[in-house]
Amino acid sequence: MSDATASSQTNSSVASTSDPSSSATIRPEEAAHFGTLAKDWWDPKGSSAMLHKLNPVRLRYVREAIDMHWGGDVQSVKPLAGKTALDVGCGAGLLCEPLARMGANVTGVDAAPENAQAAALHAEGSGLDIRYIAGEIGQQNIGQFDLVTSLEVIEHVADKQAFLTDLAAKLAPGGLMILSTPNRTAASRMLLVEGAEAIGAIPKGTHHWDDFIKPEELSSLLANVGLTMSEPTGIAFGPAKGLHLSGELGLNYIVTASAT
Amino acid sequence: MDDKRDLLILGGGLVGMTLALTAARKGISSHVVDRADPAELTADGFDGRASAISTASWNLFTNIGLADRLEPHGCDIASIAVTDQMKQGFLDFTPEPHEGTLGRMFANRDLRLALFEAASEEPLIAWHAKSEITQRHRDEHGVSAMLSDGRELRGDLMIAAEGRASPTRDDAGIVIAKWTYSHRAIIAGLVHEKPHDNVAWEIFYSTGPFALLPMLDLPDGSHRSALVWTVDENDAAGTLKLSDRAFLAEVAKRMGDMFGQITSVGPRSSYPLGFHHTAKIVDHRLALIGDAAHGIHPIAGQGLNLGLRDVGALVDVLADGMRLGLEPGDAQLLDKYEKWRGLDAFSVALATDGLTRIFGIPGKTASAVRRLGMAGIQRTPILKTFFMDEARGVTGDMPDLLKA
Repeated sequence: MSDATASSQTNSSVASTSDPSSSATIRPEEAAHFGTLAKDWWDPKGSSAMLHKLNPVRLRYVREAIDMHWGGDVQSVKPLAGKTALDVGCGAGLLCEPLARMGANVTGVDAAPENAQAAALHAEGSGLDIRYIAGEIGQQNIGQFDLVTSLEVIEHVADKQAFLTDLAAKLAPGGLMILSTPNRTAASRMLLVEGAEAIGAIPKGTHHWDDFIKPEELSSLLANVGLTMSEPTGIAFGPAKGLHLSGELGLNYIVTASAT
Repeated sequence: MDDKRDLLILGGGLVGMTLALTAARKGISSHVVDRADPAELTADGFDGRASAISTASWNLFTNIGLADRLEPHGCDIASIAVTDQMKQGFLDFTPEPHEGTLGRMFANRDLRLALFEAASEEPLIAWHAKSEITQRHRDEHGVSAMLSDGRELRGDLMIAAEGRASPTRDDAGIVIAKWTYSHRAIIAGLVHEKPHDNVAWEIFYSTGPFALLPMLDLPDGSHRSALVWTVDENDAAGTLKLSDRAFLAEVAKRMGDMFGQITSVGPRSSYPLGFHHTAKIVDHRLALIGDAAHGIHPIAGQGLNLGLRDVGALVDVLADGMRLGLEPGDAQLLDKYEKWRGLDAFSVALATDGLTRIFGIPGKTASAVRRLGMAGIQRTPILKTFFMDEARGVTGDMPDLLKA
């Protein structure tokens, strides 16, 4: 029953398509940094503890955005039934798995092969059928998707405009894009880069403040690829509430984008 | 056969089965495992075991569609009278007419019947009665329980709902803080001559409280109350062995003739009184609910109500998380449940414990202080409202499922 027979139902797999000649948009040293974290990515108390705490918060935003965009039943547990989703910079699948449970046919792409490997392994254990691909998003000929997400990724990308061009190319007509990233403010510098990394809440070397991007900059980069960005929603931190959605944009923010 | 369900509920008593049913109403599937035979638990006859269902708990039963089944069996508590050894200084909690009742009394048997009936009609509940668990297992991707007949049940989240001696909790190495009162509660159903007028009595003796809880009249019109009589551990065995006549005489001595003659007493049972609490009510893919998480003195009748609040909070958290695509065993969801329930259960437990200790001090001076204290509460509307709201279970951060 529960012995090792579960795999017959799942075929989560990793396709590796590394192409050394490609003009990579992810900095190689950053991909390597996350690759070494892959092993305990799914441990809620491990090095990605902060990301685990962030997950329900950003998922609440994702769920609302899905309900608003497609006008679905807010109570349904499968609001993405019949839809395809692509998560770029998927890590070990922290977002892909919830999207799959919400009914989507999910593809996750990550530059670090260790991540894609760890993600596929975990999805199989969870009994979820998710396709994981290791490589650069721009190199993937995988068609278009109804939902394209890339959360806490663009700050690690060197050529942000090229990255957004690649993402936009994967968005199906009428589709929805969701992005989140730290803001470039004094607060984020103090809390995210210097504070959280110093006390070990976030692994050292995770963030480079100069690479952070402000909401208005993101908005114009998106406009350049024909997408309209929503009003940003803040992801703030408070001692009592922990991480929560907020009007306060100083630390981190999340947006939707779509062609209108 | 691979029947992995959302929840693997170990313990199908009042709290465990209410959880299964509440979860099912939100589309969450479960296995429920219990060693007992439901036919025995719902056998005819009133054994005196009864529960005060607070307004909040009643809202939960209403929200899961049990109110119609239960309505005919409940006896309204119109007021609560608290007295010290039947002396003057009578504390009377009677709400204004617009404030509604302080709760309802149910025979546990009637609660079980309604729950079991509803559960057996619910396809999302796989009910495994008369089943012994030989092994429990929790790992990265799920939980499982091995039954003595060789079957293995699987789920995403394991729930310990086996009551105060929860083997699942002990198995998980969760340590509980506990102390015993070296007292035992003796439970029995009484039939008496005069009506109880829907008053719940708490009569405090230095040897321990003596509570009379109003039950519905029998079909033949005779009047009933449930007795919860606290006696010293050393006296318990003797009290239980008394003949019916001698037992009735002892009871009558403590009640005076407030209900007239007591004509009969049902089977007696007893359980040791204690207080236990654990700050840690979750572990990896495990949540504790009801008495497995916290046990309190039954004097305020809040034990089941606390457990039902656990149910409301846990299902609220799980259903909300599953809407977001999280699985029921997600550590963030369990963390939220623990933060929500941990403190609330502890404060109710402490308040009840304090009440018992205050009233447990022997001597005339203590008695006078108690009477003064009761008079003070009686004259202070804010305190009185607080106590009544506590009895109704409407204080604190209420799960949606327990709201009207």
